[in-house]
Amino acid sequence: MVDTLTPVLTANWGAERSWTLASYEEHGGYAGLRTALGMAPDDVITAVKDSGLRGRGGAGFPTGMKWGFIPQDNPKPKYLVVNADESEPGTCKDIPLMMASPHTLVEGVIISSYAIRANKAFIYIRGEVLHVIRRVQAAVAEAYAAGHLGTDIHGSGYDLDIVVHAGAGAYICGEETALLEGLEGRRGQPRLRPPFPAVAGLYASPTVINNVESIASVPAIVANGADWFASMGTEKSKGFGIFSLSGHVTRPGQYEAPLGITLRELIDLAGGMRAGHELKFWTPGGSSTPLLTAEHLDLPLDFEGMAAAGTMLGTRALQLFDETTCVVRAVLRWTEFYKHESCGKCTPCREGTWWLVQTLARLEKGEGREEDLDLLLDQCDNILGRSFCALGDGATSPISSSIKFFRDEYLAHLTHGGCPFDPAASTVFATAGAQA
Amino acid sequence: MTTTPATTTGAERDVDLVQVTIDGIEVSVPKDTLVIRAAEQVGVQIPRFCDHPLLEPVGACRQCLVDVPDAGNGRGFPKPQASCTLPVAPGMVVNTQATSEAADKAQQGVMEFLLVNHPLDCPVCDKGGECPLQNQAMSNGRGESRFTASGGVKRTFPKPINLSPQVLLDRERCIVCQRCTRFAEEIAGDPFIALVERGAQQQIGIAESAPFLSYFSGNTIQICPVGALTSESYRFRSRPFDLVSTPSVAEHDACGSAIRVDHRRGKVMRRLAGNDPEVNEEWITDKDRFAFTYAALEDRLGYPQVRDRVEDGGDGSLRPASWPEAFAVAARGLAAAGASAVLTGGRISTEDAYAYAKLARVSLGTNDIDFRARPHSAEEEQFLAAHVALGTPGAGAVTYADLESAATVVLAGLEPEDEAGAVFLRLRRAARHGTRVLAVAPYLTRGLGKLSAHLVPTAPGAEADALAAMVEHAEHGVDATTVVLVGERLATSPGALTAAADLAARTGARLAWVPRRAGDRGAVEAGCLPGLLPGGRPVSDATARVDAAASWGVASLPEQPGRDADAIVAALVAGEVRGLVVGGVDPADTTDPAATRAALEAASFVVALDLRETEVTRVADVVFPVAAAVEKAGTFINWEGRTRPFEAVLPSPSALPDLRVLAGISEELAAAGHGAALGFRTVDEARAEMSDLGAWDGDRPAMRAAGATGAASGEGLALSTWKQLVDDGVMQAGDKHYAATARPAVARVSPATYAAASLSGEHVTVVGDRGELTLPVEQVPGMVDDVVWVPMASFGTSVLERLASPGSRVRLKGASL
Repeated sequence: MVDTLTPVLTANWGAERSWTLASYEEHGGYAGLRTALGMAPDDVITAVKDSGLRGRGGAGFPTGMKWGFIPQDNPKPKYLVVNADESEPGTCKDIPLMMASPHTLVEGVIISSYAIRANKAFIYIRGEVLHVIRRVQAAVAEAYAAGHLGTDIHGSGYDLDIVVHAGAGAYICGEETALLEGLEGRRGQPRLRPPFPAVAGLYASPTVINNVESIASVPAIVANGADWFASMGTEKSKGFGIFSLSGHVTRPGQYEAPLGITLRELIDLAGGMRAGHELKFWTPGGSSTPLLTAEHLDLPLDFEGMAAAGTMLGTRALQLFDETTCVVRAVLRWTEFYKHESCGKCTPCREGTWWLVQTLARLEKGEGREEDLDLLLDQCDNILGRSFCALGDGATSPISSSIKFFRDEYLAHLTHGGCPFDPAASTVFATAGAQA
Repeated sequence: MTTTPATTTGAERDVDLVQVTIDGIEVSVPKDTLVIRAAEQVGVQIPRFCDHPLLEPVGACRQCLVDVPDAGNGRGFPKPQASCTLPVAPGMVVNTQATSEAADKAQQGVMEFLLVNHPLDCPVCDKGGECPLQNQAMSNGRGESRFTASGGVKRTFPKPINLSPQVLLDRERCIVCQRCTRFAEEIAGDPFIALVERGAQQQIGIAESAPFLSYFSGNTIQICPVGALTSESYRFRSRPFDLVSTPSVAEHDACGSAIRVDHRRGKVMRRLAGNDPEVNEEWITDKDRFAFTYAALEDRLGYPQVRDRVEDGGDGSLRPASWPEAFAVAARGLAAAGASAVLTGGRISTEDAYAYAKLARVSLGTNDIDFRARPHSAEEEQFLAAHVALGTPGAGAVTYADLESAATVVLAGLEPEDEAGAVFLRLRRAARHGTRVLAVAPYLTRGLGKLSAHLVPTAPGAEADALAAMVEHAEHGVDATTVVLVGERLATSPGALTAAADLAARTGARLAWVPRRAGDRGAVEAGCLPGLLPGGRPVSDATARVDAAASWGVASLPEQPGRDADAIVAALVAGEVRGLVVGGVDPADTTDPAATRAALEAASFVVALDLRETEVTRVADVVFPVAAAVEKAGTFINWEGRTRPFEAVLPSPSALPDLRVLAGISEELAAAGHGAALGFRTVDEARAEMSDLGAWDGDRPAMRAAGATGAASGEGLALSTWKQLVDDGVMQAGDKHYAATARPAVARVSPATYAAASLSGEHVTVVGDRGELTLPVEQVPGMVDDVVWVPMASFGTSVLERLASPGSRVRLKGASL
């Protein structure tokens, strides 16, 4: 059943000094590592394959299959790279996880590296979250001291070093090949594929790049078995995940639940929408996923359910907006983000986001024309699928989906000669019962 | 030297062909061909900006999107694909803008985006009229801008910024296709420009302390698909549609690079790289591109002059004369002088060289002729006769393509980046694809570093031993898959050329001589050497002399072996030779500048042919203005032995080609009973006669055993020197922006040598037997000890004049500036 929370990754977050090795081990930490070291690496890969774990970074690619792509006959070193460059607007699961329980990630890194036979792993953490970087660095140091890292780990003959790398403030470095460029000390821009990272990734060597939450899920899978993991979730979206509720909800935060749970259930768990207000629109997985409305409250939050609704599960970053929010304003802010973060490599994203912002800004001020909506949709059509990487695609999602659901609200700006909403009404400090 | 490694020309290579369907037309193309180029095979030009056939694919501009309904596996791509990064696959179906609405819309969409932040200042942009963005916006874009119509505001930047003293960047015109940065990194190996900032603010930038100083920087201007990169030399000077373009050949080095000369109203406005895949591909050096103003300087000679000699009652000064008078005075003077000799520089065309060679033999009756206005040796002349003359690409000589297919290339006495730019670029590509470069040199220069070269540390003078040792050293891997490139500087190292020939003979390696000047190789073929007649005919061979004499219709040719340039100088000083015909020689370039000047003083009669007033013309008795390369037809023979003919670009109302001047003198001499006339007056006639004469098919002279080898002994340091690409050369005069891109003059020594000389400051004074020179000093780790390197001509005068001869002994002393 999918109507209860399933705290696994978040289970120990409430413990006293949960980020320490002592606390983590007290709660059963590093048991999975000992189990894994007793297994053949290929059996670890098989377990992850059998569990049905799909990438938690948004795209949902089967993790075990990705590991299986690493050519083990390639004489070059293999690398595991953890993508901890969490920067998507609304997405806030990896950073709390690394803050509250960095050892879950470290243990996952060790097991995963063992499985793909990597002797060096990198954790690429978003540069702005210095507190998290420090915490993960401290956890890695603790793990070394405890013999979980270094040479001949627990007498297994397996060696592993982990490098914690701080990013330098670019959303694009969450794109896996741009991340590799950044890790190599170059300008963070996506690489041409092929070659794919599994064949020629970091330092032109076979490389697995996984999201923090994917890797953090591995110890539990190894400790409890693939069947245990696969028993949760839905048929094609197995297991649990962290759902990050933010916005106009009573108790925003991280809710770990099986995939396939609905937003209605999650909102109930979070104490409902802001008192006196109703859900207007929401993103299922960050700003890059086309937004949905209250009519989608009962859709299963899994990869298939979201795809069927024309959107994506993404990072399960559920941003909830009530009726006080101007959708045009929200979309413009997101679009400004993409304009700011476009790396500049390809034309559609670089120039398209520049133009989108101007068109949207004029609409928000009521200066546009109705034809501008068609212009916006045509601009989106010329960006989506034409850009070098998915950043450009993501930039179009909020625009095209918002016009789809809220065309009248755009037009209201034109007839009203500006935004018909009171921007203060959507804020935290709005007086109770404020109306748009 | 008998093996012929597999050539890389398509016709001879077995290639797997792949069948694809593009716009409904089936076409077979080699495996791995990119769709954008496969489409060209069916006559479809897909618009593109970042794509360049000589650069690695990048897929940045997204202009070349096409629809791929079948990737060859029965499944199509759901989204348009960039055809510049997509290799063909068997059975692939591609629909371009010609047949697919989706592809056309995608391309129109990208084009519209490209123009969002482009200033559309075409009316004042240098690129307007030849601009890929302008052209493709017309062919694949919409006429009206929706961005402007919707009140869009463009991003702006202050205009322009300097990337180097020569190259300017207008950032707002840039579409960040990365062609320039990819060229700098991949081709030239000078990654001094890079992308900085992001989004629409993304731009090309340089580090504060490192401008884009590359010998090949001008190529970025040419491949820029918009007007973002311009040169100080050409910016705002002309419009493309006002220019007349003439293909030509670069006259600055022995590479034979194809160029295009653009001129307007009788004035050269700019030069561009031509496209010759077998030679320079699409690249030229900045010297080939920017150094053309020398032919249009104020001090160009505009009319013949004759000296009113004091002994004839004149005041001893030069005065203007008519051409006929000058011919007559020159002929009369030479006849009166008696024994006369001919000195030419290495800058003249093969046809002009042929005229000098024939003038010496049939009019002056002497073999005293030499084109080597630089330090040279008798050994070198033998080497040229035995191993260089008559080699052509068709007859097994080393070619550019061979550099790429060679497993190893040995460089000796040659710094390709400075002395042969196109060779450098080809070697760099070869090195990037696995060719190993071994450099017999005193230190690993930056240029050699870009070739990933392995240094065979060698002091000047020790090259012969280093080359000889390569036979024994298996680790060097010198064998039949090796090419040995020797530079003209090896002439100054006794025994080195012999050792190179010996190395080739013993290992089966192939050997080529890479001189510096464009006319050097042609002068060998044309017979501007004391021991060689035209067509490689040895003077020492009576049959060869008879062969040439019969072709020329003269009874006989002088059989007395001629003097080389150094001997001519000595003979003039000694009074054994009294007349001199000299064309394009700068005394500062010669083995001993002071001796050459003394010889000019000592000569009783000097006929000078030159472009501009020089110290030679100032002392000459008759001065003829001659046509610059751009003003005459001619042929250069490049280092490969490849003939590179070119036609006149501009008329020259006040100058004649050297061969026409020499014809005039010879006709006057013949009329007075001295020898025969040249028998031709035009380049075409000279070419016809050279063709009739043909190449010598008799025995080739062998090299005699080498004399003493080894470094000069004695106290002090050995002097290593060569000319940097951008320096004080007379044919680089007149463009201050280009001159500012020169590498600064420094003296280089090893750290141990620096320490041993008890130096402390940042400057050093190098003391030689001809003077001393104070330069900033640079310590080079790994450099051979007891050697000092200085640039040959980067400080206002030449090392030969100011310091000492190459390979000789100098010493260091501290200096403070």
